[in-house]
Amino acid sequence: MEALLLEYLPILIFLGIAVGVAAAAIGASLLLARQNPDSEKLSPYECGFEAFDDARRKFDVRFYLVAILFIIFDLEVAFLFPWAISLGEIGAFGFWSMIGFLGILTVGFIYEWKKGALEWE
Amino acid sequence: MDNFWDGFLLPAGIIVAQILLIVVPLLVAVAYLTYAERKVIAAMQMRLGPNVVGPFGLLQPIADGLKLLMKETIIPSGANRIVFLAAPMLTFILSLVAWAVIPFDYGMVLADINVGILYLFAISSLGVYGVVMAGWASNSKYPFLGALRSAAQMVSYEVSIGFVMITVLLLVGSLNLSDIVLAQQGGFWQWHWLPLLPMFVIFFISALAETNRAPFDLPEAEAELVAGYFSEYSSMSFGLFFLGEYANMILMSASTVILFLGGWLPPVDIAPFTWIPGPIWFCLKIALVLFGFLWVRATFPRYRYDQLMRLGWKVFLPFSLFWVVLTAGVLLAFDLVP
Repeated sequence: MEALLLEYLPILIFLGIAVGVAAAAIGASLLLARQNPDSEKLSPYECGFEAFDDARRKFDVRFYLVAILFIIFDLEVAFLFPWAISLGEIGAFGFWSMIGFLGILTVGFIYEWKKGALEWE
Repeated sequence: MDNFWDGFLLPAGIIVAQILLIVVPLLVAVAYLTYAERKVIAAMQMRLGPNVVGPFGLLQPIADGLKLLMKETIIPSGANRIVFLAAPMLTFILSLVAWAVIPFDYGMVLADINVGILYLFAISSLGVYGVVMAGWASNSKYPFLGALRSAAQMVSYEVSIGFVMITVLLLVGSLNLSDIVLAQQGGFWQWHWLPLLPMFVIFFISALAETNRAPFDLPEAEAELVAGYFSEYSSMSFGLFFLGEYANMILMSASTVILFLGGWLPPVDIAPFTWIPGPIWFCLKIALVLFGFLWVRATFPRYRYDQLMRLGWKVFLPFSLFWVVLTAGVLLAFDLVP
Protein backbone atom coordinates (compact mmCIF):
# COMPACT_ATOMS: atom_id res chain seq x y z
CA MET A 1 0.00 0.00 0.00
CA GLU A 2 2.74 2.43 0.95
CA ALA A 3 4.78 1.60 -2.16
CA LEU A 4 1.71 2.33 -4.26
CA LEU A 5 1.26 5.72 -2.64
CA LEU A 6 4.97 6.45 -2.99
CA GLU A 7 4.58 6.25 -6.78
CA TYR A 8 2.33 9.29 -6.59
CA LEU A 9 4.77 11.35 -4.52
CA PRO A 10 6.56 12.82 -7.59
CA ILE A 11 3.19 13.97 -8.93
CA LEU A 12 2.48 15.76 -5.66
CA ILE A 13 5.87 17.48 -5.73
CA PHE A 14 5.34 18.32 -9.41
CA LEU A 15 2.01 19.91 -8.50
CA GLY A 16 3.74 22.02 -5.86
CA ILE A 17 6.42 23.18 -8.30
CA ALA A 18 3.82 23.98 -10.98
CA VAL A 19 1.80 26.08 -8.51
CA GLY A 20 5.03 27.83 -7.54
CA VAL A 21 5.97 28.62 -11.15
CA ALA A 22 2.48 29.93 -11.96
CA ALA A 23 2.31 32.08 -8.82
CA ALA A 24 5.84 33.38 -9.44
CA ALA A 25 4.96 34.41 -13.00
CA ILE A 26 1.90 36.42 -11.96
CA GLY A 27 3.63 37.78 -8.84
CA ALA A 28 6.68 38.89 -10.83
CA SER A 29 4.61 40.80 -13.35
CA LEU A 30 2.60 42.43 -10.53
CA LEU A 31 5.87 43.53 -8.91
CA LEU A 32 7.85 44.50 -12.00
CA ALA A 33 5.25 46.25 -14.11
CA ARG A 34 3.99 49.70 -13.22
CA GLN A 35 0.37 49.50 -12.10
CA ASN A 36 -1.60 52.56 -13.01
CA PRO A 37 -5.28 51.69 -13.03
CA ASP A 38 -8.17 54.06 -13.68
CA SER A 39 -11.89 53.48 -13.85
CA GLU A 40 -12.06 53.48 -17.66
CA LYS A 41 -9.25 50.99 -17.92
CA LEU A 42 -10.92 48.64 -15.45
CA SER A 43 -14.37 48.71 -17.02
CA PRO A 44 -15.38 45.53 -18.88
CA TYR A 45 -14.62 45.56 -22.61
CA GLU A 46 -17.59 46.28 -24.81
CA CYS A 47 -16.67 47.51 -28.29
CA GLY A 48 -16.10 51.11 -27.31
CA PHE A 49 -19.32 52.02 -25.48
CA GLU A 50 -20.23 51.93 -21.81
CA ALA A 51 -21.01 48.43 -20.58
CA PHE A 52 -24.75 47.96 -20.12
CA ASP A 53 -26.82 45.14 -18.68
CA ASP A 54 -25.53 42.25 -16.60
CA ALA A 55 -22.87 40.16 -18.30
CA ARG A 56 -24.08 36.97 -16.60
CA ARG A 57 -27.24 36.75 -18.60
CA LYS A 58 -29.46 33.89 -19.65
CA PHE A 59 -27.91 31.58 -22.19
CA ASP A 60 -29.03 28.88 -24.55
CA VAL A 61 -30.39 25.74 -22.87
CA ARG A 62 -28.51 23.58 -25.36
CA PHE A 63 -25.29 24.23 -23.48
CA TYR A 64 -26.90 22.49 -20.48
CA LEU A 65 -27.97 19.61 -22.70
CA VAL A 66 -24.44 19.19 -24.00
CA ALA A 67 -23.13 19.14 -20.43
CA ILE A 68 -25.67 16.51 -19.36
CA LEU A 69 -24.96 14.33 -22.38
CA PHE A 70 -21.26 14.69 -21.66
CA ILE A 71 -21.75 13.36 -18.13
CA ILE A 72 -23.55 10.28 -19.44
CA PHE A 73 -21.02 9.48 -22.11
CA ASP A 74 -17.98 10.29 -20.01
CA LEU A 75 -19.23 7.92 -17.32
CA GLU A 76 -19.67 5.34 -20.03
CA VAL A 77 -16.03 5.84 -21.05
CA ALA A 78 -14.94 5.50 -17.42
CA PHE A 79 -16.98 2.30 -17.27
CA LEU A 80 -15.28 0.98 -20.42
CA PHE A 81 -11.72 1.45 -19.11
CA PRO A 82 -11.66 -1.58 -16.75
CA TRP A 83 -13.67 -3.61 -19.25
CA ALA A 84 -11.12 -2.99 -22.01
CA ILE A 85 -8.24 -4.02 -19.75
CA SER A 86 -9.83 -7.24 -18.51
CA LEU A 87 -11.47 -8.38 -21.75
CA GLY A 88 -9.06 -11.33 -21.94
CA GLU A 89 -10.27 -12.70 -18.60
CA ILE A 90 -13.99 -11.99 -18.84
CA GLY A 91 -14.18 -13.32 -22.42
CA ALA A 92 -17.35 -13.57 -24.46
CA PHE A 93 -19.66 -13.24 -21.47
CA GLY A 94 -18.09 -9.91 -20.49
CA PHE A 95 -18.18 -8.76 -24.10
CA TRP A 96 -21.91 -9.45 -24.50
CA SER A 97 -22.73 -7.90 -21.12
CA MET A 98 -21.09 -4.69 -22.25
CA ILE A 99 -22.86 -4.85 -25.61
CA GLY A 100 -26.15 -4.98 -23.70
CA PHE A 101 -25.17 -1.92 -21.69
CA LEU A 102 -24.01 -0.03 -24.78
CA GLY A 103 -27.21 -1.05 -26.55
CA ILE A 104 -29.38 0.56 -23.89
CA LEU A 105 -27.29 3.72 -24.07
CA THR A 106 -27.52 3.75 -27.85
CA VAL A 107 -31.31 3.60 -27.67
CA GLY A 108 -31.20 6.71 -25.47
CA PHE A 109 -28.77 8.35 -27.86
CA ILE A 110 -31.02 7.69 -30.86
CA TYR A 111 -33.99 9.07 -28.89
CA GLU A 112 -32.27 12.36 -28.12
CA TRP A 113 -30.97 12.60 -31.68
CA LYS A 114 -34.55 12.22 -32.99
CA LYS A 115 -35.78 14.69 -30.36
CA GLY A 116 -33.38 17.25 -31.79
CA ALA A 117 -31.16 17.68 -28.74
CA LEU A 118 -28.12 17.67 -31.01
CA GLU A 119 -29.40 20.31 -33.44
CA TRP A 120 -27.62 23.67 -33.57
CA GLU A 121 -29.19 25.64 -36.38
CA MET B 1 21.07 13.46 10.57
CA ASP B 2 22.48 11.00 8.04
CA ASN B 3 19.23 9.13 8.11
CA PHE B 4 17.29 12.28 7.35
CA TRP B 5 19.64 13.06 4.46
CA ASP B 6 19.58 9.61 2.84
CA GLY B 7 16.01 8.73 3.60
CA PHE B 8 14.28 11.94 2.76
CA LEU B 9 16.26 14.89 1.45
CA LEU B 10 18.28 13.08 -1.23
CA PRO B 11 15.34 11.30 -2.93
CA ALA B 12 13.27 14.47 -2.73
CA GLY B 13 16.15 16.43 -4.27
CA ILE B 14 16.44 13.90 -7.11
CA ILE B 15 12.70 14.14 -7.79
CA VAL B 16 12.86 17.94 -7.85
CA ALA B 17 15.81 17.80 -10.25
CA GLN B 18 13.90 15.41 -12.52
CA ILE B 19 10.87 17.68 -12.48
CA LEU B 20 12.98 20.69 -13.43
CA LEU B 21 14.52 18.57 -16.19
CA ILE B 22 10.99 18.18 -17.60
CA VAL B 23 9.62 21.67 -16.89
CA VAL B 24 12.49 23.80 -18.17
CA PRO B 25 12.85 22.12 -21.60
CA LEU B 26 9.05 22.10 -21.84
CA LEU B 27 8.81 25.86 -21.32
CA VAL B 28 11.61 26.43 -23.84
CA ALA B 29 9.75 24.17 -26.26
CA VAL B 30 6.56 26.18 -25.71
CA ALA B 31 8.42 29.42 -26.42
CA TYR B 32 9.90 28.05 -29.61
CA LEU B 33 6.62 26.47 -30.65
CA THR B 34 5.16 29.98 -30.89
CA TYR B 35 8.19 30.95 -32.97
CA ALA B 36 7.87 27.84 -35.15
CA GLU B 37 4.18 28.53 -35.63
CA ARG B 38 4.82 32.02 -36.93
CA LYS B 39 7.69 30.89 -39.14
CA VAL B 40 5.85 27.88 -40.59
CA ILE B 41 2.67 29.81 -41.32
CA ALA B 42 4.73 32.65 -42.75
CA ALA B 43 6.51 30.24 -45.06
CA MET B 44 3.19 28.75 -46.17
CA GLN B 45 1.88 32.22 -46.93
CA MET B 46 5.09 33.32 -48.73
CA ARG B 47 6.09 35.75 -45.98
CA LEU B 48 9.24 35.90 -43.88
CA GLY B 49 7.81 35.77 -40.37
CA PRO B 50 9.72 37.16 -37.37
CA ASN B 51 13.28 37.98 -38.48
CA VAL B 52 14.32 41.14 -36.63
CA VAL B 53 15.05 40.16 -33.01
CA GLY B 54 18.26 38.13 -33.00
CA PRO B 55 19.52 35.90 -35.86
CA PHE B 56 16.53 34.67 -37.93
CA GLY B 57 14.32 36.24 -35.27
CA LEU B 58 15.28 33.48 -32.84
CA LEU B 59 15.03 35.77 -29.82
CA GLN B 60 11.48 36.81 -30.70
CA PRO B 61 9.72 34.51 -28.16
CA ILE B 62 11.95 35.82 -25.38
CA ALA B 63 11.18 39.41 -26.36
CA ASP B 64 7.47 38.57 -26.40
CA GLY B 65 7.70 36.98 -22.97
CA LEU B 66 9.53 39.96 -21.48
CA LYS B 67 7.01 42.32 -23.01
CA LEU B 68 4.12 40.41 -21.42
CA LEU B 69 5.91 40.37 -18.08
CA MET B 70 6.39 44.15 -18.05
CA LYS B 71 2.76 44.95 -18.87
CA GLU B 72 0.22 46.14 -16.36
CA THR B 73 -2.06 43.44 -14.92
CA ILE B 74 -5.61 44.65 -15.41
CA ILE B 75 -8.33 43.15 -13.23
CA PRO B 76 -11.71 44.47 -14.37
CA SER B 77 -13.67 46.27 -11.66
CA GLY B 78 -16.61 43.84 -11.86
CA ALA B 79 -14.46 40.71 -11.78
CA ASN B 80 -14.15 38.16 -8.99
CA ARG B 81 -10.50 38.87 -8.32
CA ILE B 82 -9.41 35.54 -6.87
CA VAL B 83 -11.15 33.35 -9.45
CA PHE B 84 -9.98 35.73 -12.18
CA LEU B 85 -6.34 35.16 -11.28
CA ALA B 86 -6.78 31.48 -10.40
CA ALA B 87 -8.13 30.58 -13.86
CA PRO B 88 -4.93 31.12 -15.88
CA MET B 89 -2.90 29.55 -13.09
CA LEU B 90 -5.11 26.46 -13.19
CA THR B 91 -4.79 26.13 -16.97
CA PHE B 92 -1.02 26.45 -16.74
CA ILE B 93 -0.62 24.09 -13.76
CA LEU B 94 -2.72 21.37 -15.40
CA SER B 95 -0.75 21.57 -18.63
CA LEU B 96 2.44 21.02 -16.62
CA VAL B 97 1.46 18.28 -14.16
CA ALA B 98 0.18 16.00 -16.92
CA TRP B 99 3.81 15.53 -17.99
CA ALA B 100 4.54 13.58 -14.80
CA VAL B 101 3.42 10.31 -16.43
CA ILE B 102 4.79 10.79 -19.96
CA PRO B 103 7.54 8.20 -20.69
CA PHE B 104 10.46 9.69 -22.65
CA ASP B 105 12.29 6.39 -22.93
CA TYR B 106 12.10 2.94 -21.37
CA GLY B 107 12.05 3.64 -17.63
CA MET B 108 12.59 7.36 -18.21
CA VAL B 109 9.37 8.55 -16.60
CA LEU B 110 8.84 10.61 -13.48
CA ALA B 111 5.91 8.64 -12.03
CA ASP B 112 5.48 5.21 -13.62
CA ILE B 113 1.96 4.74 -12.24
CA ASN B 114 -0.11 1.83 -13.48
CA VAL B 115 -3.08 4.03 -14.40
CA GLY B 116 -1.06 6.49 -16.52
CA ILE B 117 -3.59 6.96 -19.29
CA LEU B 118 -6.44 7.42 -16.83
CA TYR B 119 -4.39 10.15 -15.13
CA LEU B 120 -3.79 11.82 -18.50
CA PHE B 121 -7.49 11.63 -19.34
CA ALA B 122 -8.47 13.06 -15.94
CA ILE B 123 -6.03 15.97 -16.15
CA SER B 124 -7.14 16.90 -19.65
CA SER B 125 -10.80 16.81 -18.49
CA LEU B 126 -9.99 19.29 -15.74
CA GLY B 127 -8.71 21.77 -18.33
CA VAL B 128 -12.25 22.95 -18.98
CA TYR B 129 -12.44 24.44 -15.48
CA GLY B 130 -9.81 27.06 -16.30
CA VAL B 131 -11.92 28.20 -19.23
CA VAL B 132 -15.21 28.28 -17.32
CA MET B 133 -13.63 30.10 -14.36
CA ALA B 134 -12.07 32.70 -16.66
CA GLY B 135 -15.34 33.33 -18.50
CA TRP B 136 -17.36 33.62 -15.33
CA ALA B 137 -14.92 35.67 -13.27
CA SER B 138 -14.34 38.28 -15.99
CA ASN B 139 -17.95 39.47 -15.64
CA SER B 140 -17.98 40.67 -19.23
CA LYS B 141 -20.10 39.52 -22.17
CA TYR B 142 -17.53 38.35 -24.67
CA PRO B 143 -15.55 36.18 -22.25
CA PHE B 144 -18.81 34.71 -20.95
CA LEU B 145 -19.99 33.65 -24.40
CA GLY B 146 -16.52 32.48 -25.36
CA ALA B 147 -16.25 30.33 -22.23
CA LEU B 148 -19.65 28.73 -22.88
CA ARG B 149 -18.70 27.83 -26.41
CA SER B 150 -15.28 26.63 -25.44
CA ALA B 151 -16.55 24.48 -22.57
CA ALA B 152 -19.22 22.83 -24.74
CA GLN B 153 -16.67 22.20 -27.47
CA MET B 154 -14.07 20.73 -25.13
CA VAL B 155 -16.47 18.34 -23.40
CA SER B 156 -17.96 17.22 -26.74
CA TYR B 157 -14.63 16.12 -28.14
CA GLU B 158 -13.48 14.73 -24.81
CA VAL B 159 -16.00 11.91 -25.26
CA SER B 160 -14.63 10.74 -28.59
CA ILE B 161 -11.07 11.02 -27.25
CA GLY B 162 -12.15 8.67 -24.47
CA PHE B 163 -13.53 6.10 -26.92
CA VAL B 164 -10.39 6.29 -29.05
CA MET B 165 -8.27 5.62 -25.96
CA ILE B 166 -10.44 2.56 -25.23
CA THR B 167 -9.70 1.07 -28.65
CA VAL B 168 -5.97 1.42 -28.00
CA LEU B 169 -6.38 -0.13 -24.55
CA LEU B 170 -8.15 -3.11 -26.10
CA LEU B 171 -5.05 -3.78 -28.19
CA VAL B 172 -2.65 -3.30 -25.27
CA GLY B 173 -4.40 -4.61 -22.18
CA SER B 174 -2.72 -2.16 -19.80
CA LEU B 175 -3.29 1.41 -18.61
CA ASN B 176 0.43 2.03 -18.16
CA LEU B 177 1.82 4.38 -20.82
CA SER B 178 5.16 2.54 -21.04
CA ASP B 179 3.30 -0.73 -21.68
CA ILE B 180 1.30 1.00 -24.42
CA VAL B 181 4.53 1.98 -26.15
CA LEU B 182 6.16 -1.43 -25.64
CA ALA B 183 3.13 -3.09 -27.25
CA GLN B 184 4.07 -1.32 -30.49
CA GLN B 185 7.57 -2.79 -30.79
CA GLY B 186 8.83 -3.91 -34.19
CA GLY B 187 8.97 -0.81 -36.33
CA PHE B 188 6.73 1.50 -38.28
CA TRP B 189 4.17 -1.09 -39.41
CA GLN B 190 3.63 -2.39 -35.88
CA TRP B 191 2.55 0.97 -34.49
CA HIS B 192 -1.11 1.40 -33.64
CA TRP B 193 -1.80 3.99 -36.32
CA LEU B 194 -2.16 1.23 -38.91
CA PRO B 195 -4.70 -1.16 -37.33
CA LEU B 196 -6.60 1.78 -35.85
CA LEU B 197 -6.19 4.22 -38.75
CA PRO B 198 -9.68 5.80 -38.51
CA MET B 199 -9.22 6.21 -34.75
CA PHE B 200 -5.84 7.86 -35.34
CA VAL B 201 -7.49 10.42 -37.60
CA ILE B 202 -10.33 11.01 -35.13
CA PHE B 203 -7.86 11.42 -32.29
CA PHE B 204 -5.83 13.98 -34.20
CA ILE B 205 -8.91 16.02 -35.15
CA SER B 206 -10.31 15.78 -31.61
CA ALA B 207 -6.95 16.93 -30.29
CA LEU B 208 -7.27 20.03 -32.47
CA ALA B 209 -10.75 20.67 -31.08
CA GLU B 210 -9.70 19.91 -27.51
CA THR B 211 -6.87 22.46 -27.61
CA ASN B 212 -9.11 25.05 -29.34
CA ARG B 213 -6.86 25.10 -32.39
CA ALA B 214 -7.80 26.16 -35.89
CA PRO B 215 -10.07 25.13 -37.61
CA PHE B 216 -11.92 24.72 -34.28
CA ASP B 217 -10.75 28.00 -32.72
CA LEU B 218 -14.32 29.27 -32.31
CA PRO B 219 -13.90 30.19 -28.62
CA GLU B 220 -11.50 32.91 -29.63
CA ALA B 221 -13.19 33.77 -32.92
CA GLU B 222 -11.70 37.24 -33.07
CA ALA B 223 -14.23 38.53 -35.57
CA GLU B 224 -17.23 37.98 -33.26
CA LEU B 225 -15.97 37.39 -29.72
CA VAL B 226 -12.83 39.58 -29.63
CA ALA B 227 -10.68 36.89 -27.99
CA GLY B 228 -13.21 34.63 -26.31
CA TYR B 229 -12.70 33.75 -22.68
CA PHE B 230 -9.45 35.67 -22.27
CA SER B 231 -10.66 39.01 -23.67
CA GLU B 232 -10.20 40.70 -20.30
CA TYR B 233 -6.78 39.27 -19.55
CA SER B 234 -3.52 41.12 -19.84
CA SER B 235 0.11 40.79 -18.85
CA MET B 236 1.26 37.52 -17.29
CA SER B 237 -2.26 36.35 -16.48
CA PHE B 238 -2.78 36.27 -20.25
CA GLY B 239 0.71 34.86 -20.64
CA LEU B 240 -0.14 31.85 -18.48
CA PHE B 241 -3.19 31.07 -20.64
CA PHE B 242 -0.99 31.32 -23.67
CA LEU B 243 1.74 29.10 -22.22
CA GLY B 244 -0.83 26.62 -20.95
CA GLU B 245 -2.53 26.38 -24.31
CA TYR B 246 0.71 25.72 -26.17
CA ALA B 247 1.92 23.28 -23.50
CA ASN B 248 -1.40 21.49 -23.98
CA MET B 249 -0.76 21.29 -27.71
CA ILE B 250 2.60 19.64 -27.05
CA LEU B 251 0.92 17.33 -24.52
CA MET B 252 -1.76 16.25 -27.00
CA SER B 253 0.96 15.61 -29.59
CA ALA B 254 2.86 13.55 -27.04
CA SER B 255 -0.26 11.48 -26.30
CA THR B 256 -0.81 10.97 -30.03
CA VAL B 257 2.77 9.74 -30.34
CA ILE B 258 2.45 7.41 -27.34
CA LEU B 259 -0.91 5.96 -28.36
CA PHE B 260 -0.40 5.65 -32.12
CA LEU B 261 3.14 6.41 -33.24
CA GLY B 262 5.23 4.14 -31.04
CA GLY B 263 6.48 6.60 -28.42
CA TRP B 264 10.26 6.48 -28.16
CA LEU B 265 10.65 3.48 -30.51
CA PRO B 266 12.59 3.93 -33.76
CA PRO B 267 10.54 3.60 -36.98
CA VAL B 268 12.77 0.81 -38.32
CA ASP B 269 14.31 -1.78 -36.03
CA ILE B 270 17.74 -1.96 -37.73
CA ALA B 271 21.17 -0.60 -36.90
CA PRO B 272 21.50 3.11 -37.78
CA PHE B 273 18.04 3.88 -36.44
CA THR B 274 18.39 2.01 -33.17
CA TRP B 275 21.59 3.96 -32.30
CA ILE B 276 19.62 7.17 -31.94
CA PRO B 277 18.39 7.37 -28.32
CA GLY B 278 14.68 7.07 -27.55
CA PRO B 279 14.03 10.59 -26.26
CA ILE B 280 15.24 12.02 -29.58
CA TRP B 281 12.83 9.83 -31.55
CA PHE B 282 10.09 10.85 -29.14
CA CYS B 283 10.78 14.58 -29.63
CA LEU B 284 11.08 14.20 -33.40
CA LYS B 285 7.68 12.50 -33.56
CA ILE B 286 6.13 15.17 -31.36
CA ALA B 287 7.58 17.83 -33.66
CA LEU B 288 6.06 16.01 -36.63
CA VAL B 289 2.58 15.97 -35.07
CA LEU B 290 2.95 19.62 -34.03
CA PHE B 291 3.84 20.47 -37.61
CA GLY B 292 0.53 18.83 -38.53
CA PHE B 293 -1.24 21.18 -36.09
CA LEU B 294 0.40 24.22 -37.71
CA TRP B 295 -0.20 22.96 -41.22
CA VAL B 296 -3.90 22.52 -40.49
CA ARG B 297 -4.07 26.03 -39.10
CA ALA B 298 -2.50 27.50 -42.23
CA THR B 299 -4.75 25.49 -44.54
CA PHE B 300 -8.35 25.27 -43.32
CA PRO B 301 -10.99 27.95 -42.74
CA ARG B 302 -12.74 28.07 -39.38
CA TYR B 303 -15.69 25.77 -38.73
CA ARG B 304 -19.13 27.11 -37.88
CA TYR B 305 -20.42 26.25 -34.40
CA ASP B 306 -23.28 24.04 -35.57
CA GLN B 307 -20.90 22.18 -37.89
CA LEU B 308 -18.50 21.68 -35.00
CA MET B 309 -21.15 20.21 -32.71
CA ARG B 310 -22.53 18.09 -35.53
CA LEU B 311 -19.10 16.63 -36.25
CA GLY B 312 -18.46 15.88 -32.57
CA TRP B 313 -21.79 14.35 -31.59
CA LYS B 314 -23.22 12.93 -34.80
CA VAL B 315 -20.10 11.69 -36.56
CA PHE B 316 -17.20 11.09 -34.17
CA LEU B 317 -19.19 9.81 -31.19
CA PRO B 318 -21.23 7.09 -32.98
CA PHE B 319 -18.30 6.14 -35.19
CA SER B 320 -15.77 5.77 -32.37
CA LEU B 321 -18.31 3.89 -30.23
CA PHE B 322 -18.93 1.52 -33.14
CA TRP B 323 -15.19 1.08 -33.57
CA VAL B 324 -14.79 0.15 -29.89
CA VAL B 325 -17.35 -2.63 -30.32
CA LEU B 326 -15.79 -3.71 -33.63
CA THR B 327 -12.26 -3.85 -32.19
CA ALA B 328 -13.38 -5.81 -29.14
CA GLY B 329 -15.43 -8.17 -31.33
CA VAL B 330 -12.59 -8.84 -33.77
CA LEU B 331 -10.06 -9.38 -30.98
CA LEU B 332 -12.38 -11.80 -29.25
CA ALA B 333 -13.44 -13.66 -32.40
CA PHE B 334 -9.86 -14.29 -33.53
CA ASP B 335 -8.61 -14.89 -29.99
CA LEU B 336 -6.18 -11.98 -30.14
CA VAL B 337 -7.04 -10.39 -26.78
CA PRO B 338 -3.77 -9.57 -24.97
